[in-house]
Amino acid sequence: MTVHNIRHGDASDGAFAEAVGGRLSRVDGPAKITGAAKYAVEQQLEGLAYAVLVGSTIASGKVLAIDTKAAEAAPGMLQVLTPDTIISLRTAADWFGTPPPDKPYCPLARDITFSGQYVAAIVAETFEQAVAAAALVKVSYDETSTIVDLSDAKAGDGIPIDAMTKEWGDAQGAFASAPVRICAAYNTPREYQAPMEPHGLIARWEGDKLTVWEPSQWLDGMARTYAEWFDVPFENVRLVSPYIGGGFGSKALALSHGAVAACAAKMLSRPVRLVMTRPQTFTGYGGRAATRQTVTIGADADGKIQSIVHRSVNETSIDGMWVEPLGSVTSIMYSTPNFSSKQNVVRVNSVVPGAMRAPGENPSAFGIECAIDELAYEVGIDPLEIRLRNYAEQDPHAKKAWSTRQLREAFAAGAERFGWARRSPEPRSMRDGNQLIGWGVAAGTYPVRRAYGEAIVRILADGSVEVESSSIDMGQGTYTILAQTAAETVGVRADDVVVKLGDSRFPRAGVTGGSRLAGVMTGAVYKAASSALDQLVGLAIGDPRSPFHPLQANTLVVANGRIASPRGDGPDVSIAELLKSVGRDHIEATGDTMPENSTPEERYKNYTTIAMALPHTEGDYSRHSWCAHFIEVRVDEDFGTVRVSRVVSALDSGRLYNPKLAESQWKGGIIMGIGQALLEEGIVDRRHGRIVNDNLADYLVPTNADIPDIEVISVGIPDLHSSVLGGKGVGELAIVGVAPAIANAVFHATGKRIRDLPITLEKLI
Amino acid sequence: MRDFSYFRASSVDAARQAAALPGAMLLAGGTTLIDLAKCGVAEPETLVDITHLNGLNSIEVNERGATIGALARMGHVADHADIKSRFPAVSEALWQAASAQIRNMATIGGNLMQRTRCPYFRDPGNFSACNKREPGSGCSAIGGVTRGHAVLGASDACIAMYPGDLAVALVAFDATVHLGERQIPVDDFFLLPGTTPDREHAIEPGEMITAIEIPGSSSARRSTYLKIRDRQSYEFAAASAAVGIEFEADGRTIRDLRVALGGVATKPWRARAVEAALIGKVLEPDTVRAASLLAVEGAVDHGANHYKIELVPRVVARAILKLGETA
Repeated sequence: MTVHNIRHGDASDGAFAEAVGGRLSRVDGPAKITGAAKYAVEQQLEGLAYAVLVGSTIASGKVLAIDTKAAEAAPGMLQVLTPDTIISLRTAADWFGTPPPDKPYCPLARDITFSGQYVAAIVAETFEQAVAAAALVKVSYDETSTIVDLSDAKAGDGIPIDAMTKEWGDAQGAFASAPVRICAAYNTPREYQAPMEPHGLIARWEGDKLTVWEPSQWLDGMARTYAEWFDVPFENVRLVSPYIGGGFGSKALALSHGAVAACAAKMLSRPVRLVMTRPQTFTGYGGRAATRQTVTIGADADGKIQSIVHRSVNETSIDGMWVEPLGSVTSIMYSTPNFSSKQNVVRVNSVVPGAMRAPGENPSAFGIECAIDELAYEVGIDPLEIRLRNYAEQDPHAKKAWSTRQLREAFAAGAERFGWARRSPEPRSMRDGNQLIGWGVAAGTYPVRRAYGEAIVRILADGSVEVESSSIDMGQGTYTILAQTAAETVGVRADDVVVKLGDSRFPRAGVTGGSRLAGVMTGAVYKAASSALDQLVGLAIGDPRSPFHPLQANTLVVANGRIASPRGDGPDVSIAELLKSVGRDHIEATGDTMPENSTPEERYKNYTTIAMALPHTEGDYSRHSWCAHFIEVRVDEDFGTVRVSRVVSALDSGRLYNPKLAESQWKGGIIMGIGQALLEEGIVDRRHGRIVNDNLADYLVPTNADIPDIEVISVGIPDLHSSVLGGKGVGELAIVGVAPAIANAVFHATGKRIRDLPITLEKLI
Repeated sequence: MRDFSYFRASSVDAARQAAALPGAMLLAGGTTLIDLAKCGVAEPETLVDITHLNGLNSIEVNERGATIGALARMGHVADHADIKSRFPAVSEALWQAASAQIRNMATIGGNLMQRTRCPYFRDPGNFSACNKREPGSGCSAIGGVTRGHAVLGASDACIAMYPGDLAVALVAFDATVHLGERQIPVDDFFLLPGTTPDREHAIEPGEMITAIEIPGSSSARRSTYLKIRDRQSYEFAAASAAVGIEFEADGRTIRDLRVALGGVATKPWRARAVEAALIGKVLEPDTVRAASLLAVEGAVDHGANHYKIELVPRVVARAILKLGETA
């Protein structure tokens, strides 16, 4: 979709920046910095109308009546949408592609299960008119009792999720006979993605064809959902998402606000823009579910683990299902002969929780990585040493070899740079005036999720290269690494590659989530570019009009956009000259990461659902990224304020396609982890079941002042079991383990073990 | 936000007259007013823009004190060399308030008119009961989420915390607010909620803040603003203290002490009991800590804000002792 006619990279990139593995700067950076990048809802369309949503003010009950009289008389009013007036949709399949029940879907609710649920929408000529009219809509309710959260007595024990059960050995028996035993409960609150760009879209119908400009982590999945809602062919829906202003998992699915806007556009026969308010970004979709875990560890006197028993719950909504896999890290981080993990989910009056950076692994690591720290103090050995003593040499759950696991190397590199050996072991033994100083360590991991993508690579008449894919760039650097991949593979400068993403008319791609996109798409582009190169060289050798034809060479070398014989004894022409000589205006090749002989139906399912993703333990190996965080905190002993003063993290993401961008993502994850540890919490009014800090002044994320210099060290090696070019996941890994490292550092500083996030000052005074 | 009409005032008198009309409000930096309009709390019919008035943004500092025009920007005052040297607590309160972007927009007069961050006050769509917004409608905060609410100065009608920083320093140093002809002490400018929490300031229709005046003093010159919060920047105080001190010639005996509190009360809160307990005493850590406990005399918590009662004396003591160290 987007063309970056700018020079790639800058002087800080260093040599070889343009190759895969080079430190090429973000090619979309200048467009974003200068404001030239046009985000989805910034499209200027003729006849645009503006929709505003009206949310429920109760968390549980029924809508009795919606009085729209005053709103209908408001200036600029075009349409009032209620459950009675909005057009009927079909229920769409979920993201697994499970066939949906054959019943209508209404994105506006009569039955209320959470505060903020949309009950009506107003469409007006201007945004301001729509806001003013929406304030005039009066909704009356029959309110029923609310289940506020996991701690609500009415919530009960929840629903056992058998698929989450992981057991081997005799965990209870081994615990009972273990000489050292610890048991503690760890809680994480509701957390929110808080992207700078709020969710929103512009929907436009032309006949039975729908175009949606919407920030999206998954164009093909969302296009499928819109197509199913409106019962039109998949090909009739075009999703356009050139840039995404932060997703963190929250922009992967088409949501009810999108359905409302598309309905309004259809009913009015006008394009409609709808953007969530900031408060609606706390109720319009799910953040990270609140979780509770009990971790029980039995160990030998020397700290060798004999048993782990793990029990957990996460919250879900009244009528939706979200399972946050809380045993995911617990079951693989440490070697143990006996293990048991079980999980329930509990229904509460909340919007259905959703994916947020490292769903599952993130809270899971908070439990086990705090618990093993507690075990270290109980046994009386160093928290780093206990991790090495229990190092898992293979996947303890899958009983398979790791594809690569550079965690020992991460511990060593991080400890060395941090100066861990100088740590004074006793809690409260390091201080600077009123500041208690604590050093904490924790590990993290994230599985290598593998899915599918396809790309077209074109070599154009002027010798430049064009890449197209419906995958997206939400800041992680897809534009850049695909330019590097195509440049290196074809043999041109990155400057001569234009990458076009974010349009569902392009070759398809699966969801950008689970840290899978880079591995998938570099593979697809590598294959497409290799195939295009083969065609180019084939033409140069075989076409009678080619200047190389007389050489009768087996192969030719393409580099810096020029073609030559390997020994340099023949002609030396540019790609453009070669194409001209053989009478071609372009070469085009498609590449994908699909199994061979895939049918069109399988391809459709692969790109529009997550049902076909490859398990990370497929075949002989267990594939994961790994990291170790070493963190220093300073806690004011009078005020309880915690400041992170030093972070050294060593990470194994396999081969890095672009270290500059990988380091940036790692640091982003660490910063988000600092926020999770110290600041972030959706606070719910227990009487109303409503989040009250639903804005960025009251829902605290870190500011620059909260973040020290962060040192990240790559300890990865290429892992060809994980991806075509050897990379593992980057984006989600680094947040995993940050919160427990901070909690462990706070314990070391203060002697107080805080097991409920966030670690706010009142918990320490 | 509702439609409103916009009027650019050409003089102070014109502004005062226009703002006296029903539904009219003064607009300066707009950082509070526009925010509250977006929340649906402020619904002005007319905005009277005073940002183009001349002569209201000066900062004058001399031996007698400082006079700061109502339209001086928070950021300018915070960075003013004479404010920094003669009234460090004022500068520190300002630069620890809000964010750099807001400080560059917000004015000193507007800052005094800043309203509470009580989430119930700010969300009329979801919480209809709020005596501050709608007299007699009740208080949604009592019994609700109260981590940020006041432990001092609250009433049965309202427990909303005064969120600002600057006024805490102003109260400590006996500043006055200029309302055209009338001048009143800052401490009297802010009203306790009592039974009328809708009335927050002793300003009458037709009046407008034109300047604040801070008398110069030794205690103001040796002063500090200590603000405690979970986030290092851009967060309202969990508790804060503006403290100024003057010693006798011996350099140890306290001749004058000023203590005011932020983040814990329904208005900027002068802690006179702490001052009285320490004036005439030698500055000793134990004495200071014991006296600082008087800062929360009469404090009442609402559960989640109990920590403020623990925190305040520690903040006060740290600030006083820090000033003592610089002797």
